[in-house]
Amino acid sequence: MNCTDFLAKLTDYFDGQIDPDLLAEVKQHLGTCHHCEVVVDTTRKTIDVYRGNQTYEFPEELALRMRAAVMERCKAVGRLPDVEVRESKPVGR
Amino acid sequence: MAAQTSSIIDEPLGPDGELAPDETVEVHPDVALVERAKAGDAAAFEVLIKQYERQIFRTALHITQNREDAEDITQDVFFKAFQKLEQFQGNSKFSTWLVRIAVNESLMRLRKRKTSKTVSMDQDVETGEGSIPRDFAEWRPNPEQNYNQAELAEILRKTIAGLPPGFRTVFTLRDIENLSTEETAEALGLSVPAVKSRLLRARLQLRERLSRYFRKTNTGPGATHTQAAKP
Repeated sequence: MNCTDFLAKLTDYFDGQIDPDLLAEVKQHLGTCHHCEVVVDTTRKTIDVYRGNQTYEFPEELALRMRAAVMERCKAVGRLPDVEVRESKPVGR
Repeated sequence: MAAQTSSIIDEPLGPDGELAPDETVEVHPDVALVERAKAGDAAAFEVLIKQYERQIFRTALHITQNREDAEDITQDVFFKAFQKLEQFQGNSKFSTWLVRIAVNESLMRLRKRKTSKTVSMDQDVETGEGSIPRDFAEWRPNPEQNYNQAELAEILRKTIAGLPPGFRTVFTLRDIENLSTEETAEALGLSVPAVKSRLLRARLQLRERLSRYFRKTNTGPGATHTQAAKP
């Protein structure tokens, strides 16, 4: 397995969707290729840092305001007869 | 995702609409909520909104890179979903159905904003750019620890914003929102191999761009690179 072959399997490798024979080849390549080892390590850290940290805030105030606006619109089209919007603030931004 | 995981099994019902006694079907809790919402139960629909509003907002924000657009889109997604509830048959997860609406709305919003350019899931993804690693610097073990929360969030936002929409959408759904590859493909109307290909390139491009902040030897954005990493 060379580096190009390895890269082609990288997504399956991260997702654990690789058959055992191929996995053995991948591991063998990683044991001999420092560049690919770095790529695996840093790509994994890339995924982890995005998963583990909030890129965008979603404050509760915003959630309440948007939810109230949606429920008002749903109520306006008349299919939610028992709708009770739980937010007293004005609808919209 | 907010909903508890359980499998959706769309078993065909018998002629009388009942399942055979020995059949065990796990139904996703959303299915019952959707049925109640269809019947006019506002509380049920509000529960569905609460479960997925964060995911839909973040998805729209990642695609559009505009907070006001993301707010509008989030509201539109739930309102459209409400209007089209009858069309939801439970063949896919309700969340995937919502994400698909959100992606379409977000891309439409991008098209409106960039009137001279076509914006689609295919934009910029046919080039070979970013598919081959060029930066082989090692990173610190916990690279994010050198930045406070606000600095790190800014780095992550700035970095993902530099990806083409088609790439950052796949990365957002698959790696940030934790959709499976199959769910991502379904939400985006792409094949599984197309999702895998775009995901690989999105991950590699983000890796290259983050390396300037996280590498072991050079810690700052102004550091000299020994490799041709493109920030």
